[in-house]
This record gives sequence, C-alpha cells and structure tokens, in this order.
Amino acid sequence: MLEIENLTKAFGQNKAVDAANIVVDKPVMIGIIGRSGAGKSTLLRTLNRLTDATSGAIMFEGQDVTQLRGAAKRNWQSQCAMIFQQFNLVPRMDVVSNVLHGTLNRRSTFTTMFNLYPTEDIHRAIEILDRLGIAEHAPKRAEALSGGQQQRVAIARALMQDPKIILADEPIASLDPLNAQVVMQSLRDIHEQDGRMVIANLHTLDTARRYCDRVIGMHAGRIVFDGTPDQLTTGAARDIYGADETFSEAATSTQIETLNEEVAKLANIAESV
Amino acid sequence: MAELSTSAIQTDYMAQVRQKRIMNTILLVVFIALMLGGFATANDRNAGGFWNGLPMLLDFPADVIGEAYSRAELLHGYFLKYLPSLIETINIAAASTLLGGLLGLVMSLLVTRGLAPVPWMIGPLRRVLDVLRAVPEIVIALVLIFLLGGGPVPAMIAIALHTVGALGKLFSEVNENASLMPVEGLESVGAGWTQRMWLGVIPQVAPNYLSYGLLRFEINIRASAILGFVGAGGIGYDLRNTMSWGQGKFDEAAAIFLLLFFTIVVVDQTSSYLRNRLTHGSAKGEIHA
Repeated sequence: MLEIENLTKAFGQNKAVDAANIVVDKPVMIGIIGRSGAGKSTLLRTLNRLTDATSGAIMFEGQDVTQLRGAAKRNWQSQCAMIFQQFNLVPRMDVVSNVLHGTLNRRSTFTTMFNLYPTEDIHRAIEILDRLGIAEHAPKRAEALSGGQQQRVAIARALMQDPKIILADEPIASLDPLNAQVVMQSLRDIHEQDGRMVIANLHTLDTARRYCDRVIGMHAGRIVFDGTPDQLTTGAARDIYGADETFSEAATSTQIETLNEEVAKLANIAESV
Repeated sequence: MAELSTSAIQTDYMAQVRQKRIMNTILLVVFIALMLGGFATANDRNAGGFWNGLPMLLDFPADVIGEAYSRAELLHGYFLKYLPSLIETINIAAASTLLGGLLGLVMSLLVTRGLAPVPWMIGPLRRVLDVLRAVPEIVIALVLIFLLGGGPVPAMIAIALHTVGALGKLFSEVNENASLMPVEGLESVGAGWTQRMWLGVIPQVAPNYLSYGLLRFEINIRASAILGFVGAGGIGYDLRNTMSWGQGKFDEAAAIFLLLFFTIVVVDQTSSYLRNRLTHGSAKGEIHA
C-alpha cells in the first residue's frame, strides 16, 4: 500500500531524514518514536508534501507521490490528512467552518471565499463533531475551545477530508494527560472503525505501546527500530533515545498511572534510605 | 447546558448559515449600488467628464517617453546633471525621517496603554499626533518658507513634523502587541520607566520599527520631491521646471523620473535586507526537526 524507499531530506549538510525505508501493506496504526530532532516531523511533512524530499520515493498504491505537482499534489494532500501539535486551526472562524476546510480540495475558490458549502457537507461536519463528542461547540469560534477540544476539531477536519492516511505530528504533546487519552482513543477508534491508516509521531513510549500496532524508532534521521510493541525492549528503547542504563521507560511517560507508579517507586526508595 | 441532539444542532447551525448568507447578499448589493451611484455623481460634477478624458490619459506619458526615446543618448548626461539635487532631496528625507522617527518613538511610548508613564496624558498626546498628521506637509512648508525663506530646512521641518504624527501612531500600535512579561520582569528588579522601555520593549519591537521607519523614508523621499515644487529645493524644483508643457524638456523630466524610481528601488531592497537581518539574525541555515 505505502512504500517509502530510501527517503532522504537534507537541510544543507544536516540530514533530517537519512535513507528511510518503510513498507506498509495494510492499514495499520503506526507510532513513530524518537527524541526531538530525530526527524519524525520531517518524515511526516515529506509524506504530506508540506516539505519536498531531497531524494528517494514514496510509493502509494503504485504512484510516486514525491513527483506530483500542482493539482495532483493537492489531491494527494487531501487524501493524506495531517494533524498538528499546535492544532493549526483558523482561530477566528467557527468550529464547523474549520471542519469544512477539509473539503477545500473539492470546492472551487469562489464558493469557499463566500462560505457557500453544500448543506449535506455542513450536516456531515456536525455528525463528525458529534462522533468526537464536541457537537455542542459547533457554532463557537475555534479559539474559544480548550486544547483537547481544538485537537478534536483538527481530527474532525482530517476526517472531513475522507483520507486514506491520517498523519498526526505529536498530536498530544500540547495536551494534559486526560485530553491526551481522549485524542489518542479517537485516533485509535478512527483506525479500527473506518480502517484508515494512522501514522502518529509520539514522544512517549507507553502511548506508542498502548495504541499502536507497529512502532518505528528514529535516531538522528535513521530508522533504528521497526517492529511490534512487544519487540520493543528496554534495550531497543535505549538505542532509540540514545540513553544509558539510567533510562527508564516511565521517565518518558505522560500517563497518569505510570507516573503514579514512578512516584510510588521513588517514595519507596526514599523510605529505604 | 442541556444536551442537544445532533439534528437540533444541525438545524440551528443551518439557520445561522442562512442568516449570514442573506446578510452577505444584502451587503454585496448595497456595495455595488453605492459604487455605481457614487461614480455617476462624481462624473456629473467633473469638468471634463471621465469617458471623454479617458482616451487622453496616456498623452502625457506618451510625450515623455517619446521625447526621452528620441534623445536617449542625452539621458546619462541628465542623470549626472540632476544627481546633486537628488542627493539634496534624499538628504531632506533622511534627516526628517531620523528626527521624526526618534520623536515619534518617544511619543509612541507615551501614548501606548499599559506602557505610558502618565496614563491621563494618553488622550491629549494622541490628539497632538492627530493634528500633526492632519495638517498637510505642504501647508507647514509654505508657512515655514514664508518665515524662514526658501531652502531645504523648512522642508525638512515640515516633513519631520508629519513623520512624528505618522510614526508615533504606527509605533504605538506595534507597542500594543509587545509582550508585557519582560517589562514586568524588569519592573520586579526595580528598573525605572526608561530602562523598562529601552531594555524590555524596544528589543521586541525594533524590527517592526525599522520596517515602518524605512517605509516612511520612502514616502518622505516622494514628499520632499513634491515640496521642491513650492520652492524647497531639491529635485522637485527641477521636475517642475522640466515638466511644464511646451518647453521641450520632457527628456529631462524622464531622466528625473528614472532617478526617483531607482532611488525607491534601492531603498526598498536595502530595507528588506536590513529587516531580514534584524528579525532572523545573520544568514544561517535553520534546521527544522
């Protein structure tokens, strides 16, 4: 389905993504982990064509999407939705309009300038918002919503695109643990119910373990791990993060339970000394 | 909040959308009607009539280009001939931008809510800025030329006064968007008002000041050229003499227009380079993770 072949993106001397090879044969949920600067964002941005690759190919259903230009490129972008860390909504427009932006590739510039969306699209937008549990905020301005709600609006915009792939670039990095859970569960539900491929950059191991079928680890632009969550041992994780033996998985966690465990462990240590 | 069913939300939202669309259509119709009506009224009052005059619109540029083209070999001589007056014009503009910009900067800090040291003075000082902007430069220049005699100094003062009004307002709008957090930080260590402004506000807004200042410089070059028409010296005086119809000096007028055009291009290019340097630091490759 999706084959990334020797994908490289260089900024001057610095290779942000270095000869990445990934093959995905069926729609699964993939988590990409690695520390900041490892090239995770660049990889996703190249997939969506927000950034152009330096060399290599991205084959999707037999077509190299790195070669697409103009309308064909925009059409690919509409099939390959992107969710951002900072949500990237239009803050002064209402929630439904933001979701309707997902249809821009199919609409003429003139009709979108005057906000003339078809009634069935508006109805569908509100149904998607309802599926994500935020339908009652439909007429509000996007900026009036909390971070977790804004991220769900961004997911709704992605769903409105009816995409084959959903890319999520650190979708929960700006959210508190509870909202992070809601957003990750929404992505998982979308994957399970609609059968869409989801690729998410995550900076915590336990999120990747909990929600993803497959984990890819990146270090300094290279793919250093590719396997199931079970294969991801503490040793492998240390390689990905370039850490020594003091590294513990819980240290990267934002999950309430694991944090509690960690605190309890520390408390035990404190008691024993 | 009462739970609403999805269909109720859909109906409500559609009602809102319909209302907005009706309002937009009405506004569009009113806009078009006003534009057409206004044009008709203005055309009736016009001495010559718009449609009658339209074909003659290009006569003047055609004459200028025609004469300049027929005597093209003389152009570079004219460039040298008018260079000193161009430099005088640029000098007037530069001095007035600098003086007006510095005064405007002080004024802007005095009229920004949240930064002003004397809040009740904000209103009166803003009216002062309004007055400075309202009086046309040419009026101030004519009064000053009457009092001080012709020459570059009255023109410089006239443009500087207008610049204080214009930049004072623009700078204060920039100041309003500056974050107050560094200012509060400096206040907490016991810094005085001037220190807080100099170290807390100005570093944040300097790139915007610079870009507005350079835009003003461009406008002032043109203003000082116009003031030459009323006896303030510089290239405007030469332009008036060469531009009068029937003197056969259109080739020299064309040379002056070209000089002004090149000056504006140079100022524009320099300003965008300087602004980039100030906002992003010197050229260094940025790396996006």
